[in-house]
Amino acid sequence: MPDGQQPLWDFHGGLHIDDHKAESAASPIRKIRLPERLQLPLQQHIGRSAEPMVKVGDRVLKGQLIARASDYVSANLHAPSSGTVSQIAELPIAHPSGLPAPCIVIETDGEDRWAEMPEPIADYREADPADLRERLRWAGIVGLGGAVFPTSVKTNTTGRTVDTLIINAAECEPYITCDDRLMREQPGDVIDGALILQHIVAAGRVLIGIEDNKPEAIAALQQEITQHQLDHFQLRVVPTKYPSGGEKQLIYLLTGIEVPSGGLPLDVGILCQNVATAATVADAVLHGRPLVTRIVTLTGRGVATPGNLRVPIGTPVAALVDEAGGYTAEAARLIMGGPMMGFALPDDGLPVTKGSNCFIVGGRDEIPDPQPASACIRCGECVRVCPAQLLPQQLYWYARARDFDKTQDQHLFDCIECGCCAYVCPAHIPLVHYYRFAKTEIWASERERQKSDHARRRHEFREARKRRLEEERKACLRKKKEALDKKGSAGNDPKKAEIAAAMKRVAAKKAAQQKEQERES
Amino acid sequence: MQFPVTSSPHLQGGNHVQRVMGLVLLALLPGTTALWWYFGWGVVLNIAIADLTAVVSEWLVLRLRGRDPRATVADLSALLTAWLLALALPPLLPWWQTVLGSAFAIIIVKQLFGGLGFNPFNPAMAAYALLLISFPADMTHWLTPAILSGHSVTLPEAWQAIFHGPAALGQTWDAVTGATPLDHMRTELSQNHMISEIRQSLVWGDFGGRGWEWVGNWFLLGGLFLIWHGVISWRIPFGMLTALLFVAGVFWAIDAQTHPFPAFHLFSGGAILGAFFIATDPVTASTTPRGQLIYGAMIGVLVFIIRSWGGYPDAVAFSVLLMNMAAPTIDYYTQPQVFGAKDGNDG
Repeated sequence: MPDGQQPLWDFHGGLHIDDHKAESAASPIRKIRLPERLQLPLQQHIGRSAEPMVKVGDRVLKGQLIARASDYVSANLHAPSSGTVSQIAELPIAHPSGLPAPCIVIETDGEDRWAEMPEPIADYREADPADLRERLRWAGIVGLGGAVFPTSVKTNTTGRTVDTLIINAAECEPYITCDDRLMREQPGDVIDGALILQHIVAAGRVLIGIEDNKPEAIAALQQEITQHQLDHFQLRVVPTKYPSGGEKQLIYLLTGIEVPSGGLPLDVGILCQNVATAATVADAVLHGRPLVTRIVTLTGRGVATPGNLRVPIGTPVAALVDEAGGYTAEAARLIMGGPMMGFALPDDGLPVTKGSNCFIVGGRDEIPDPQPASACIRCGECVRVCPAQLLPQQLYWYARARDFDKTQDQHLFDCIECGCCAYVCPAHIPLVHYYRFAKTEIWASERERQKSDHARRRHEFREARKRRLEEERKACLRKKKEALDKKGSAGNDPKKAEIAAAMKRVAAKKAAQQKEQERES
Repeated sequence: MQFPVTSSPHLQGGNHVQRVMGLVLLALLPGTTALWWYFGWGVVLNIAIADLTAVVSEWLVLRLRGRDPRATVADLSALLTAWLLALALPPLLPWWQTVLGSAFAIIIVKQLFGGLGFNPFNPAMAAYALLLISFPADMTHWLTPAILSGHSVTLPEAWQAIFHGPAALGQTWDAVTGATPLDHMRTELSQNHMISEIRQSLVWGDFGGRGWEWVGNWFLLGGLFLIWHGVISWRIPFGMLTALLFVAGVFWAIDAQTHPFPAFHLFSGGAILGAFFIATDPVTASTTPRGQLIYGAMIGVLVFIIRSWGGYPDAVAFSVLLMNMAAPTIDYYTQPQVFGAKDGNDG
């Protein structure tokens, strides 16, 4: 390996499973025929949904901003091709919830005409990192490894030091080869992107972590690094083991540093970016292009010719399948992402999003139906494979009993949902499902608590205000009364003095009359 | 095109409870064969009676609970429980005691607590304890290994003794029955004999009871097979056997005339079977890595204490049952450090 002198660490657990890369890794990336209809969800990223900038009936050009980031953590959305906006509505999207979400639909005109794009920043080394980040923000770039967190936000490391930039090229999930093909075919873009990202976060060194099952990609990147004499770049080949591409796992593999539980890589001076993200960064900075296409692996025994496709965002999955020669008789399951962490799609009409790295059309025995679960026998297989070093059987026990406090004692939120535990479980318990359930319940009750806290604070504030007003009113009255009393005792009110004098006179009169009567009797 | 929706991960490693139980049964074969070799056909009959009872009991309870019994019976766990119980019983125990024990293990200890995975106590050991307390005479009436008595119990003889009582065997009964080595040692020590004198007896082999030591060796082989296949972890057997050896070694070093040599503890009773096949019952044992070492070690220490000063000659059953009660607590206090919690960063 190119970097033999550096020790590699090994994380606990993990799986050695058949990687199924060969099916799709052999053939070059193909361009797909432009689909007639592109459906673009306004939220394809983590954060707030984007805000539409177009109306139904508007003509749009390729690369034109059609929805803008509505918040700091949000992402721009550009038209992937020229055409007409035909619909802005809630439509079904590829999301685990299966719920519809707001989308912009473009009927393409087939011309694929570009809008005017910003100038390339060729000399990025002289550029202000803030300007470069602004460019990434404009381009709508998000983490393309699947996490889809806005890259401009992740690279905003103001006030923190980054010693190491890690480029995640592990691609550890079985079946997925889009990053592999990208590195083989465009190693220059990957390295350029890494250099730009390095400049933005001012990292001293760049580590590229890649699994040893991608020898061609390793050779291509290594050649690029050697050719440009990038001494501060290190290509580190790690053994193929799932989930070595998990952010915290890869960091540990490459540096021996454990990212603190509940913390971020930034806490230990590290920033991770996916290879595909890096290539997109290069495109945005050096060519002034927004993120409007991505490389997608289409594989599995259910498609005629598995391979990798460069696809406009918003293309329906069915169009990819057509491009790959259609379904085979075996097609029985559709998975977006990898077979370990991806989710099943109910329908092939759903669109490709920025985070769609892979679609697996599984055969019946390739992605089998889940077997009926039986009781946990506490065999501890899951403990042996858990890369987060949790006790999955205990987590399961408490999640099942809805004892969510205990699940948190057992570090539920350190679970990365890699699925190793469920893979080895002899009782076929859908463990990850239970953990997601527990997490969702905890988030929901947290939100509920925040809401009720908010309501309580409002109520208390209102009560306090009422009390304050009441007290102010009383104080006001008291003051008035005091003032009156003072006046009364001082006797400087002429009317009162008059009345008092009149009263005195009446009293004197009465007394005189009484005396007279007494005398007469 | 429409597709079914399921939860990730979408791949399954092909492991199965049936496979786990099946491997354990397979691993029991060498030791079981050795037992049959030294103690005759009673061993086989016991296993048959216990297994039949277990399967029928499990079937009945599941029907009563309104569950489909087929899948549960097919997971082989009831067969395994009964098999382990049968191995622990004297080879010519009256049949109805074996039936009682096996039914108690499955109906009361396993199913009434919720079935596989929910029972806090090891069913085979709970049943063994029940029988030992209820029928102490029958339960301590073991056979003398065939190499000592010169007579191997045949199938008809075993059948006679088990189903019609020992009287049916007449003279042969006296020839083949005797105390276990542990019992022998215990009785002799209580009569203030020195170990050096006791060791003169023909009962003793190279490092344990004659015949018994070889049974132990074959169970050890099965246990190593299970560790090799990743069915059990090395921690519980290692913890139990080293702790037993260590404590026995300390007392032996203090006074070798009143405390038997450490290997005696390992190869004379149920220590090896217990360490690899009984203490490792996943449902009732500790599951954390550190917890398993502690759990095993505590069983080892308890075995020594009960054997040396307790009321019963063998102690594996009681030690395991006592530690079953402690397992949840051990697990609670031995949670492994999660990834990212090192260097003082507590999540």
